[in-house]
Amino acid sequence: MIDRTELWIVIIGLGLGSFALRFAFTGLVGNRQLPAWLMRHLRYTAVGILPAIIAPAVLWPAAMGGNYDLPRISAALVTLALGLVWKNVVGAILGGIATLLALQYLLT
Amino acid sequence: MLFGVLATEAGLSVFETLSFSVVVIAGAAQFTALQLMGEQAPTLVVLASALAVNLRMAMYSASLTPHIGGAPLWQRAIAAYFTVDQSYAVSITKFEDTPDMTPREKIAYFFGTVTPVCPLWWVFTLVGALIGEAIPASFALDFAVPITFLAIIAPALRTRAHVGAASAAAILSLMFFTVPYNLGVLLAGIGGMMVGARLEQAAEAKA
Repeated sequence: MIDRTELWIVIIGLGLGSFALRFAFTGLVGNRQLPAWLMRHLRYTAVGILPAIIAPAVLWPAAMGGNYDLPRISAALVTLALGLVWKNVVGAILGGIATLLALQYLLT
Repeated sequence: MLFGVLATEAGLSVFETLSFSVVVIAGAAQFTALQLMGEQAPTLVVLASALAVNLRMAMYSASLTPHIGGAPLWQRAIAAYFTVDQSYAVSITKFEDTPDMTPREKIAYFFGTVTPVCPLWWVFTLVGALIGEAIPASFALDFAVPITFLAIIAPALRTRAHVGAASAAAILSLMFFTVPYNLGVLLAGIGGMMVGARLEQAAEAKA
């Protein structure tokens, strides 16, 4: 269960922090250029952080006590493949969920 | 909508879920915070990781600055709140295609891109939250966040640098799994960014 105080700290902190990030340049910096090395790193924030968050959840899901789970791994692979080929986020999500539910049904 | 469903599954009330979406208005960061709070990560790590996911907003902000930086401060403040993936992507493409737009036209165009996206995000969070309260907790929704993230990342893997960054981050995150307070996620993410930046530099040097 998520602690209520923590939840509100996160909501408000994240709201202020996100606004600060968004306002940092349009609001404050004006027309100055950022150093090239920084822009080069910022370009990879999404493809860097998101895989880091989910990799353990895919291989060692907490819901299975941290054990390898065939339906979850298959669903992850199907989602990734659909997303790569199809470039359609919603389609990939639906394909992944369908795989997960179908395999869970077949294997139990 | 998915955020609404997942948040209520995680035990948030409809009001808390909706507040989350209105205050933060950033899907990926909200999913990150939800996932890590569910894993009982310390509050500071939850905040740091979710803000790291949102670092790209600073990049959007930087790249919009030459276009709308001349607008009055209050307009820029409102624009900052509404800087999301969709409004940025649509606006910057338009600005670069039509360089003779005036700053006034640009800021008006930016707000135009916001109207179909952001109110819908709030409304569907609410719909999701209401649906979520009706879905039994036994349903395997724990895996919806990983599936959503994979579906977001896959189309973004356009270059070898993107693929390298994502792969490195995933492998590092597994290696750092035992690092306390979920800090491994941040370390792995930064590692992935460094790999991506290096590969991009190498590709440019060759070209």
